[in-house]
Amino acid sequence: MATTPAYGVARRTLSVLVEDVPGVLAKVAGLFARRAFNIHSLAVGPSEIQGLSRITVVVDADAELLEQITKQLNKLINVIKIIELQPGNSVQREHLLIKVKADAAARLQVTQAVELFRAKIVDVSTDSLTVEATGAADKLDALLSVLEPFGVREIVRSGSLAISRGAKSMTDKAFK
Amino acid sequence: MLTTTTAETRLYGPGHIVAPEQVTGSQAIIRSLEELGVTDVFGIPGGAILPTYDPLMDSEKINHILVRHEQGAGHAAQGYAMVTGKVGVCVATSGPGATNLVTAIADAHMDSVPLVAITGQVNAAVIGTDAFQEADIVGISTPITKHTFLVTDADEIPRVMAEAFHIASSGRPGPVLVDITKSAQAAQTTFSWPPQIGLTGYKPTAKGHPKQIREAAKLIAASHRPVFYVGGGLIKAEAAEEFRTLAEQVGAPVVNTLMARGAFPDSHRLNVGMPGMHGSVSAVAALQQSDLLITLGARFDDRVTGQLDSFAPEAKVIHADVDPAEISKNRFADVPIVGSLKSIIPELTTAVQEVFASTDRPDLNPWWTRLNRLVSTYPLGWTEPEDGAIAPQKVIQKIGAASGPEAVYVAGVGQHQMWAAQFVGYERPRQWLNSGGLGTMGYSVPAAMGAAVGNPERTVWAIDGDGCFQMTNQELATCAINNIPIKVAVINNSSLGMVRQWQTLFYESRYSNTDLNTALNPSGEEVVRIPDFVKLAEAYGCVGLRCERDEDIDSVIAQALQINDRPVVIDFVVSRDSMVWPMVPSGVSNSDIQVARGLTPDFEGEE
Repeated sequence: MATTPAYGVARRTLSVLVEDVPGVLAKVAGLFARRAFNIHSLAVGPSEIQGLSRITVVVDADAELLEQITKQLNKLINVIKIIELQPGNSVQREHLLIKVKADAAARLQVTQAVELFRAKIVDVSTDSLTVEATGAADKLDALLSVLEPFGVREIVRSGSLAISRGAKSMTDKAFK
Repeated sequence: MLTTTTAETRLYGPGHIVAPEQVTGSQAIIRSLEELGVTDVFGIPGGAILPTYDPLMDSEKINHILVRHEQGAGHAAQGYAMVTGKVGVCVATSGPGATNLVTAIADAHMDSVPLVAITGQVNAAVIGTDAFQEADIVGISTPITKHTFLVTDADEIPRVMAEAFHIASSGRPGPVLVDITKSAQAAQTTFSWPPQIGLTGYKPTAKGHPKQIREAAKLIAASHRPVFYVGGGLIKAEAAEEFRTLAEQVGAPVVNTLMARGAFPDSHRLNVGMPGMHGSVSAVAALQQSDLLITLGARFDDRVTGQLDSFAPEAKVIHADVDPAEISKNRFADVPIVGSLKSIIPELTTAVQEVFASTDRPDLNPWWTRLNRLVSTYPLGWTEPEDGAIAPQKVIQKIGAASGPEAVYVAGVGQHQMWAAQFVGYERPRQWLNSGGLGTMGYSVPAAMGAAVGNPERTVWAIDGDGCFQMTNQELATCAINNIPIKVAVINNSSLGMVRQWQTLFYESRYSNTDLNTALNPSGEEVVRIPDFVKLAEAYGCVGLRCERDEDIDSVIAQALQINDRPVVIDFVVSRDSMVWPMVPSGVSNSDIQVARGLTPDFEGEE
């Protein structure tokens, strides 16, 4: 099973279960800013329990810093539970929307690249295509580098979402 | 699931049960404060908090003290909390009223003071429109509070108030801000008590892990050079008595930090002094040369450790604290113990007794011989100023000697603060108040006022500097009018003394913007008193006294101690050239501590 290295700075994913109250995202984001913790990406949305939201935050940190981040997050009153999701025992996905130049001459090549990456074309105009892709960060990076030569007009990329493998849910653990 | 009251979330206050009654939101605020057992609050009314001041006028249980600046309300609430152990409460209006509280809130956050700040907010309908006196005080104060609430619905008021007091007072104490819109204050609601409180995500750890406590006891029993490194958490946990038993059981030296002065008696044979940038040589050396730091409620602050990677290089670390985030934040803890010191310390005492009974401990005598030599060779002291003026240290020492440990001493920030920490004898918890973490100039007068409200039977001294005093002395009016007879000793060296000391030592005596002209002009040749502190005191309805000669110090202090119907301000005109020693210059190892300019102690001595 792939695990994040215990030592050294690495990209690490935390799942944070929070009460869905006004200002909670500002409290979490503000904590990262104040303590000079570096956020790589952050995604937030509702969870399976009404009143609880789930934040997936990806940070560049060594093990000690990650421990300090976790402890400081735990001090926020609206934070219910924090887990680290290792790449080996979790599914991690990002979502990408990309508008790429594709005139008649290039259209076929772009379409082939999109198919190879199992991405989808979601909008078409005379000289551009909008492509939607979901996947791990490195796969999306690869897709981007393939499309780049055609001329990228616009990129929108979500933060990483992550969920553990297996039957158990994070809220089971939080309220056991 | 999200609103359960569990055994850990006990409500603060006397625990009455109140049947539902129809009230306004503002009445609900006052009724909640009453049911939470609040008897004293400090504040100033204004537009957005006006509805709440109306029922406050009718409360027979709550004494409101009208301050002259909201920062004064905040520091007064801190002083009140620090001497009583109860939650301090301050009240302000929206916008500038709320932002004026910010310094005190940040101060309470750094020093873990239980504080609830109640602020009015503009009507919910106009939030976000840049309405008159609107400020996002929740946003502003989030990084400097333990928690914040914005209340727009009057029905939430009792629950939020109960949660605010619970959060402020439990675990690691701290400030909580409750921002309540004017519309919620004006709305009709139902008040009943106790409310159901939620706080699913808030469960402070109470009990230390038994295995870790046993590990700690084993390390203690094997240590040749143990030292107790005790911080302000011991006072917050009300565990000073329990600690004394443990310290005597182990027989190891005790150093108590600036925030812990009084947590362990200065007169106790195990006390080797205060550590840190201006600590005593024996205390700094005890940490630096130790093989085991038994850390209780302290946080390895940079003012204690000096350069972190050369701090106590041979020591293993036991770290007990109620806040898990403090463990291994600055210094790795070999044995972490998270929980309340109130329960951890007796358990550690028992564990230590068991281990001592079954193992041979190393002899601590060589360690004590080494430290005792430093205690006797490098006692705290001072040299008489060459300019013939009074030594500020002498004034402070005499105030302490005349007033004794039953008085309360509240310092500002700077040289006088360090001298007050060094030269007053501290024998009991809550005898000493200061702004340790944030270092807020201006803390002294309002915090002393709050301390005197909390401890009306005690003599309360504000030991202040001429710089600090000018930041918050408007609260002398509050003291005079409300019959709060604090005594203010202004240690007047006519300058921003600590900054001047650094300019002397590190900036070639170039005194950039540190002359205050409160006793002398910058050349020191002409008397200039702007302001004249004696006249200022009299203008505020206080007694103003001045002392400029050594031979008058005792009689002026005695005179001040005789006056108990009014505040007293004494202008002690002292030397500008006195410096705080010992000193570990910023950013160097504690081993390079200087006992006087350029003079490093001989740590090893003759064996």
